[in-house]
Amino acid sequence: MIYLDNNATTALHPAVLKEMLPFLTVQQGNPASNHTFGRNAHTAIEEAREKVAASVNAHPSQVIFTSSGTESNNTIINGIAKAYPDSHFGFSSIEHPCISEPIKSLANQGFKVSEIPVDSNGIFNVSNISSETKQSLSFLSVMMANNETGVIQNIAEIADWARENNIQFHTDAVQALGKINVDFEALNVDALTISSHKIYGPQGVAALVVNNKIDVVPFIKGGGQEKGLRSGTENLAGIIGFGKACERAAGNAVIFNEKIKPLQAHLEKHLASMGAVVFGDQTERLPNTSFFAFPRLDGVTLLTALDKKGFAIASGSACSSNSNEPSHVLLAMGIDKDLAQGAIRVSMGVDVTMEQIKEFIVVLKSEVERLKQLAAMAA
Amino acid sequence: MKVEKMTMPIYMDYSSTTPVDPRVAEKMIPFITEDFGNPASRSHPYGWTAEKAVETARKEVAKLVNADPREIVWTSGATESNNLAIKGAGNFYSTKGKHIVTLATEHKAVIDAVREMERLGFTTTFLQPEPDGLVDIEKFKAALRPDTVLASVMMVNNEIGVIQDITAIGNICREQNIIFHVDAAQATGKVEIDLEKLPVDLMSFSAHKTYGPKGIGALYVRRKPRIRIEAQIHGGGQERGMRSGTLATHQIVGMGEAFRIAREEMGEENARIKKMQHRLYEGLTEIDETYVNGDLEKRVPHNLNISFNYVEGESLVMAIKGIAVSSGSACTSASLEPSYVLRSLGRSDEMAHSSIRFSIGRFTKEEDIDYTIQLLKDKIGRLRELSPLWEMFQDGVDIDKVEWAAH
Repeated sequence: MIYLDNNATTALHPAVLKEMLPFLTVQQGNPASNHTFGRNAHTAIEEAREKVAASVNAHPSQVIFTSSGTESNNTIINGIAKAYPDSHFGFSSIEHPCISEPIKSLANQGFKVSEIPVDSNGIFNVSNISSETKQSLSFLSVMMANNETGVIQNIAEIADWARENNIQFHTDAVQALGKINVDFEALNVDALTISSHKIYGPQGVAALVVNNKIDVVPFIKGGGQEKGLRSGTENLAGIIGFGKACERAAGNAVIFNEKIKPLQAHLEKHLASMGAVVFGDQTERLPNTSFFAFPRLDGVTLLTALDKKGFAIASGSACSSNSNEPSHVLLAMGIDKDLAQGAIRVSMGVDVTMEQIKEFIVVLKSEVERLKQLAAMAA
Repeated sequence: MKVEKMTMPIYMDYSSTTPVDPRVAEKMIPFITEDFGNPASRSHPYGWTAEKAVETARKEVAKLVNADPREIVWTSGATESNNLAIKGAGNFYSTKGKHIVTLATEHKAVIDAVREMERLGFTTTFLQPEPDGLVDIEKFKAALRPDTVLASVMMVNNEIGVIQDITAIGNICREQNIIFHVDAAQATGKVEIDLEKLPVDLMSFSAHKTYGPKGIGALYVRRKPRIRIEAQIHGGGQERGMRSGTLATHQIVGMGEAFRIAREEMGEENARIKKMQHRLYEGLTEIDETYVNGDLEKRVPHNLNISFNYVEGESLVMAIKGIAVSSGSACTSASLEPSYVLRSLGRSDEMAHSSIRFSIGRFTKEEDIDYTIQLLKDKIGRLRELSPLWEMFQDGVDIDKVEWAAH
């Protein structure tokens, strides 16, 4: 089986596992405890925090550990809503549900909420914000790289505009970290979300990076861990693994750019020759992601056929892989509903090889031909 | 991590966190190596394998507490479970009333979540338990009002280990149509929990207090009669919309295995631990002026919380570095505030300060107990030799009646 669904989750790197194992197998204290066991656990967490901070060029004090990217995003949105009750929340129409859903739930509580459209390439542009929205917008969240299309936004530019207009700006960089450079300071954003299991670290741990210029009211309360911003006994082994994974992120980004990007180009050249539409291909995308469709070919059918041939890919976001609805990201880009229904996503990992991609292309070609013939016979 | 070459103290702090059972770690590792899929991925075997493992673990967690697997919602730990239960049910049922009853001795995660509800317009009652740490059922009944919508009572207290009468409290809540939440983080594997019989609507669990990994927990949400909660974390719609976020497969597998082991071994294990608790109790109470905090009978075998009179708390903690213990809940042990739990039982600041929570468990050995007894006897003897209060007490002076000169 060749795994080409790395935007859903990645395989833990052996070096990460090695770092985590002692924290699963040897007696470890509760990091809040005052004895040797507790203090050692606490020290290990702070060392991991430094690594996580370094991977996005932030200060360790700006890193809050959470249990998932979803929780990080909910924490910033809820935290802002509680600290600034007059907030007006904006989000791009291609955000992951863990941004759009918590914001929509705030609308029920009486907050002003605006969904902001993207262009046909999936690019967010400040000029697409209506002048009416601009007047009161106070918080904006735009993801750095889209999980389905891989389209990369010009976050620094949006952040500058947000700053000039006194708007708090958050970016979900979960898919960006480890694939492209993510620099909290240079981007000049107020808050940023990153997650461990997308960068060869364990599931169940993530971070919210926040600058101290904005107040965030804690979301999960209790023992007062994470400087009171996120209570709950720390996921010790998970945090250690996340730290190690972050240490490897910059190196992975280089590999993606130098080694994987040519594979993506090779794949997409063949996709084009096969008549596939690659979404967002007119703009800068992650070097590992190709989201494409063959007109009049059902995505789920193709996916199942490829799975039988030994390729693990997805029809888009793992979270929505349960539903048969076409991708909301593609609909937001103005893609025709029928074409969107056919979309499948290849997301390569850091160690995928040219041989594997060539093999994939051969299988894809024959499966597409076979399914087209079946469709023609049925018609 | 820098490994310091030193002998580690004897671990007597199982209520803060437990070591991961080696069998649990072994079960987890395949799910961070070859079986690494996202359980939400539906299009390939990586996802299916992960999903299957998650569902097997859900069954194991449900089995320990005799619940339906569909009643188990994964969270990142008991703190999140408590927050989800209190905010989620409080908000969902707020049209029925806006009054919440809980105990003054609850874990911070419950207290702070209830305080948060105050900011949302709820009124609250923090009921004081009796000096033995147990709730007086009549007083609980009296605290309820027509607008009481939710009650939250912990099954086992984290500091003093006392076991509340959840059945009696739950029955009262049932009669009055009040949602009943129980924090059972300290109870799993220590006391029998049968949710088919217990009149409980919501129950919080943690893995790392029961030999599972840190960073994973669960909330039980009753199906019959169906209890509804408002989701707190929104997103991909995992856990039937009640709690979004990619599931941490290996963590969940670890919790499942930890709860399986607990179910199969708790009978024998608790008998063994009970014997050690008794040995520790017998040994430590040979020291003069020692007071056990909390009822001794309605108590888990894992906990012994003792105040040592006429000893200054901080010096005591410093003097017994050879054992790892808590002088209050771990979550607040960085502060020098006397334990609010012990204060609620009516203990003086001094007695609260000089309290030590000994919590033992699966890997505690009899010689650890003997070492602890000897250590405490030695150190307390020495500290009291230096204490003028101890001298006065021995001379028969009633220290409470001494009028200290102002400086």
